[in-house]
Amino acid sequence: MSGMKVSLPLTEQMIHDLRCGDQLLLSGFLYTARDAAHKRLVESLSKNGKLPVELKSQVIYYAGPTPAPPGRVIGSAGPTTSQRMDSMTIPLLEYGVKGLIGKGSRSEEVKKALVQHKAVYLAATGGAGALLAQRIKSAEIVAYEDLGPEAIYKLEVQEFPVVVINDINGNDLYEAGQKAYKRLI
Amino acid sequence: MRRINVEVITQNIAEMCCEANFNLGKDIIEGLTEALKNEESPVGRDVIQQILNNAEISSRDGVPLCQDTGFAVVFIELGQEVSLVGGDLDEAINKGVREGYHRCYLRKSMVNDPLMRDNTGDNTPAVVHYNIVPGNNIKITFVPKGGGSENMSRIKMLKPTEGESGIIDFVLETVNAAGANACPPVVIGVGIGGTFETCALLAKKALLRPLQQVNSNVYYADLEKRLCLAVNCLGIGPQGFGGRITALAVHIEAAPTHIACLPTAVNLNCHASRHVQRIL
Repeated sequence: MSGMKVSLPLTEQMIHDLRCGDQLLLSGFLYTARDAAHKRLVESLSKNGKLPVELKSQVIYYAGPTPAPPGRVIGSAGPTTSQRMDSMTIPLLEYGVKGLIGKGSRSEEVKKALVQHKAVYLAATGGAGALLAQRIKSAEIVAYEDLGPEAIYKLEVQEFPVVVINDINGNDLYEAGQKAYKRLI
Repeated sequence: MRRINVEVITQNIAEMCCEANFNLGKDIIEGLTEALKNEESPVGRDVIQQILNNAEISSRDGVPLCQDTGFAVVFIELGQEVSLVGGDLDEAINKGVREGYHRCYLRKSMVNDPLMRDNTGDNTPAVVHYNIVPGNNIKITFVPKGGGSENMSRIKMLKPTEGESGIIDFVLETVNAAGANACPPVVIGVGIGGTFETCALLAKKALLRPLQQVNSNVYYADLEKRLCLAVNCLGIGPQGFGGRITALAVHIEAAPTHIACLPTAVNLNCHASRHVQRIL
């Protein structure tokens, strides 16, 4: 796996320099949150503007890992489809989340909000959960334990491979990539 | 009559849950290896390499291929000369799923009700399809089916006059709309004919055929080939990052239908197309 080594949390300068199509190897902390956790996070923000975990400047990973067998940090831990989080993403970007990791394209509203709030959307390889789990060095449940696989985990990652999909200039790798390789039948 | 205790089915299902989630089929590995040679996009090749490495890590370390260890879909072909003893067959299958998902630390993804959404905690109930066939064997096929690609699947009641070109358009439209969401390179199951519900089941059965095995009917074998070429012209590529390989294969299953109908279903499967089979 190739890529530029990047430390987390992402700095303002780094976010500014990232371009769609860049391959990165992330090291630092990620926070998992998928469908049910998003619902609670957004409810919590609208109630009192607070979150159970400080996510300002942090990167959220849309993932629901398999249980950790004895002696392992985590089970299989690949990304889930981001689209389902679209309607709950903007409040988190407004709050100050700076990066999102998932798979699949985002809504026009989310893409606009990424530009506006200077945040990036990254993709990890869907269906490579065993490989990605090797890059996770520690995992700790930090909120919503009752949600099981949907709880929020704080993950320490080392050289976790991702690709930049949406940068702060409004570029989109899914659109650009398909355009570059599309052929007439 | 051959007597088979349902406890044997439970044990086999439990083992199959683990086997399917830790081992990518040889046919899929072969298909991905071929795709690696043909993919022109550098990031696309990197993705395919990651997927192949992932399969190796998964079987070596006993870590599931994907965190979505799926709906537990089970196909049972029951020989009509078999007499099942020792309990309820449905319950025996669910017991096997419960044991397998627990023993191998697989993710429990089933909720009890589509709107109440409480996790059942053991990945049951299984989705079971029964067929009664001649003979005295039981053939069990276990298919962990991921939610991401299932969500991108579609069904359409075409007009008979739309024919082949209507089907091609519908398949391309479905794959294009799915984009990166279905985790390409995908395997595409197309069910044509029957009723509303049978064409969906045909599409799922089409996914079970070994990757390189074409339809036994010459016309459909040719249509599968043309559809696969057309899909790979879409440019979506591995993980949607742009590239030549969007599909590893297109498989079609067809069935007789009504003079007024041309039901067509497209069931997408991610590259982790998992299925294992045993004959008891």
